[in-house]
Amino acid sequence: MPATAPLPARQEGLRKFQKVNDVLERYGWDATNLIAILQQIQAEYRYLPQDILTYVATALGRSPSEIFGVATFYAQFSLEPKGKYEVRLCDGTACHVRRSIPVLQAIREKLGLAPGEQTTKDMRFSVETVSCLGACGLAPVVVINETVYPQMTPEAAVKMLNEINAREDSAQ
Amino acid sequence: MPHMKIDGREIAFDAETNILQVVRKAGIELPTLCYQAHLSPFGACRMCVVDAGARGVVTSCTTPPEDGLEIRTASDRVRRVRKMALELLLASHDRNCLTCGKSGLCKLQDYAERYGVETVRFFNPTDEVKQPIDDSNPCIVRDPNKCVLCGNCVRVCYEHQGMHVLDFAGRGANVTVSPAYGKALADVDCVYCGQCATVCPTGAIQVRGEIDAVTRALNDPSKTVVFQVAPAVRVGLGELFGLPVGTNVEGKIATALRRMGADRVFDTNFAADLTIMEEATEFLHRMETGEGLPLFTSCCPAWVKLAEQSYPELLPHLSTCRSPQQMFGAVVKTYFARDTAQDVADIVCVSVMPCAAKKFEARRPEFAIAGQPDVDAVITTQELARMIRAYGLDFTSLPDEPWDQPYGESTGAAVIFGAAGGVAEAALRTAYQQLTGEELTRDLWQTTAPGETSREAEVTIAGTTVRIATVNSLAAAAALITRMKAGEAPYHLIEVMACPGGCVGGAGQPPHDTLARRACRAQGLAAIDHGSERRQSHRNTAVQALYAEHLDTPNSHAAHETLHTAYASRRRIEESITLEGGGPVMVEVCVGTCCFQQGSYATLQKFGKLLRQHGLDDAVALSATFCFERCGQGPNIAVNGQVIENAVPERAEEIFRDVVLPAITTADACV
Ligand code: SF4
Ligand code: SF4
Ligand code: SF4
Ligand code: FES
Ligand code: FES
Ligand code: FES
Repeated sequence: MPATAPLPARQEGLRKFQKVNDVLERYGWDATNLIAILQQIQAEYRYLPQDILTYVATALGRSPSEIFGVATFYAQFSLEPKGKYEVRLCDGTACHVRRSIPVLQAIREKLGLAPGEQTTKDMRFSVETVSCLGACGLAPVVVINETVYPQMTPEAAVKMLNEINAREDSAQ
Repeated sequence: MPHMKIDGREIAFDAETNILQVVRKAGIELPTLCYQAHLSPFGACRMCVVDAGARGVVTSCTTPPEDGLEIRTASDRVRRVRKMALELLLASHDRNCLTCGKSGLCKLQDYAERYGVETVRFFNPTDEVKQPIDDSNPCIVRDPNKCVLCGNCVRVCYEHQGMHVLDFAGRGANVTVSPAYGKALADVDCVYCGQCATVCPTGAIQVRGEIDAVTRALNDPSKTVVFQVAPAVRVGLGELFGLPVGTNVEGKIATALRRMGADRVFDTNFAADLTIMEEATEFLHRMETGEGLPLFTSCCPAWVKLAEQSYPELLPHLSTCRSPQQMFGAVVKTYFARDTAQDVADIVCVSVMPCAAKKFEARRPEFAIAGQPDVDAVITTQELARMIRAYGLDFTSLPDEPWDQPYGESTGAAVIFGAAGGVAEAALRTAYQQLTGEELTRDLWQTTAPGETSREAEVTIAGTTVRIATVNSLAAAAALITRMKAGEAPYHLIEVMACPGGCVGGAGQPPHDTLARRACRAQGLAAIDHGSERRQSHRNTAVQALYAEHLDTPNSHAAHETLHTAYASRRRIEESITLEGGGPVMVEVCVGTCCFQQGSYATLQKFGKLLRQHGLDDAVALSATFCFERCGQGPNIAVNGQVIENAVPERAEEIFRDVVLPAITTADACV
């Protein structure tokens, strides 16, 4: 038999799919609960995979275009895979004026993201820009998962990524 | 009766549901981009604004009329708001009117001119990045760079067709209208009815053109170009040349096609009579045996595609008769070729249709002989008008010429195919005669109100009550099927047409703007029927001759070969969910709509459990997929590509033991 990945990883898919069904079950397979259902699924997958959305549409008896419309309307949902660390960089007016773009460039370069690419190959980081985070006094602002990093510079951003990498590498 | 004051004039109103309708009643044409009488009001484009004094500037399409309300339709405020709204729409619009197929029929273009938008002061994103154009299919072309987000297509597809193929996606400045995941129409459920194109005010959704292929054939001396013209076209085309709605211009069409170089100009009506001979016989046979009832008509390719995608269990109920377009194509390529001793390869069959979906139907692989399609090209009523203009013909002053024979003869029963209810009525006329020996004298349907999407009738034939229903919208079809499944709709014959009012309201017809326009065209067809000497398909002598020479009798072996077809489940979604990694044996469980409803999800779970119990996760790649095109026999699973039908959860263990385990053993042996 060909070499195989460790079992737990292979079980992932089915386990997550089971979760999707648990979620649907919990909300009574009822499309009026769509937003809550999508939130739970995103919590499981960290994004909304297309095939799963199609499945949700089938299971709720709705059209995939409608589910897609809802999933793209709310900023909280992502249809792209997200990294374990979600880097959100503010490019609102205040942050922009305080030079947020060089910070973004430094981060993307450090992570080796190709143009248009949002998530690193190893799924450790994803990077996106958002509009005003309501912390203009601290501009430019970067938020990683729940942690706010104020007054960022390109150098500080790279240092912060290095720290995360070091922590992750030693954990493995 | 309550009154409103419009531009100083007192106007009475009663059943009008919004100010717009009252204003139109007063003879004032307000611009509208997002209003369609047969769809829910949306109130997004702000074209239809009126000045309601102290109440401000309101959108007339969403504001109900009120007694004593005073409004002005062209105040400075109104003009300012409207012009700004237009300028903003134009700002993000790909303004290449000169090369746009909608030019001349585009509302945005018209309004920009009418309301004097002379400059656009904003940056245009389509100058820099254009969104991709979807021309994935033979019927509809979507160009999102021309979309004004009026939502008409979204609402017609959902409200009228029940399809919900299109919807808004994204938000803020990034809103678009698109199929799920931004896919192409060819990769989603779209049935190509083209109703979205009929309500699109701009060139963002258009019926795909194929004039070039036709003119190329006309210019090729080695080809015999044979035309057929559908019933609805003759009462539609005239509108594009300023004639009153519903005028029958068939004589001018024949002349125009000859002047453009057509070798034969025939009438699809001939094939409609032929269809009735076959379909009435099929219907009577089913009435006799009681099998396959109700019989659904199959002339509308949009409906056929929907049935194949979503109602596999109803496929045995669909009439096996090809549509008139395809019967005609087959007759031309088989018997016309033989009778005129021509090589089929030299014959080009072109149809002129009121329809977008007919372009898809003509390309279905089963409608071809040795890879050569029976119908080579399909142009719409609008495309024919364009050709006539390109050839420089002054249409209205053309003389009237007859169709060529033998496929130019037809009866009144054929021409009503073009309007909702017509096919059922025509079939019944012939069935009635065959059972009773007498002609059915009364008309089946009284004239319908515009917008009525479903009707029913009862006729007693030789002591049997025959119940007939006709629907002219796919949402109405779905509702009827639901009732039918609940045992509440005991019909014998059901006619389904996708477009409002039937084919007279098809996507290839001139712009519709009102439902009344469609009804006028239908009246034009009814007038031709009533004026016909013969009004029953079995009295078409050319059809009789075709049977005598080639086809024997209706539903004969030869007729089945040439005039009938078969249906199959169609996959709706190309996707699958990978659930567990590699392994030499592949197990796919269908979670498509039909299989899901039949319990496939429980089957899937059982398989997951069984694999774990036997410690075989490594040996099997388990996935969920969205359809094997055997929906009627579901739930379905596939083991290494071999489909196992009726895989209900109760059978999971048995299938696992008898099919999956042996497959694993074999795979092991191979390694
Ligand atoms: S062609 Fe018909 S089914 Fe397809 S998107 Fe348009 S309205 Fe919907
Ligand atoms: S595609 Fe046409 S009908 Fe649909 S929203 Fe855009 S402009 Fe309106
Ligand atoms: S109703 Fe007529 S025009 Fe409309 S899709 Fe069906 S066949 Fe075509
Ligand atoms: S602009 Fe960045 S926090 Fe306000
Ligand atoms: S037509 Fe009234 S707002 Fe669009
Ligand atoms: S849904 Fe079509 S085969 Fe399962």
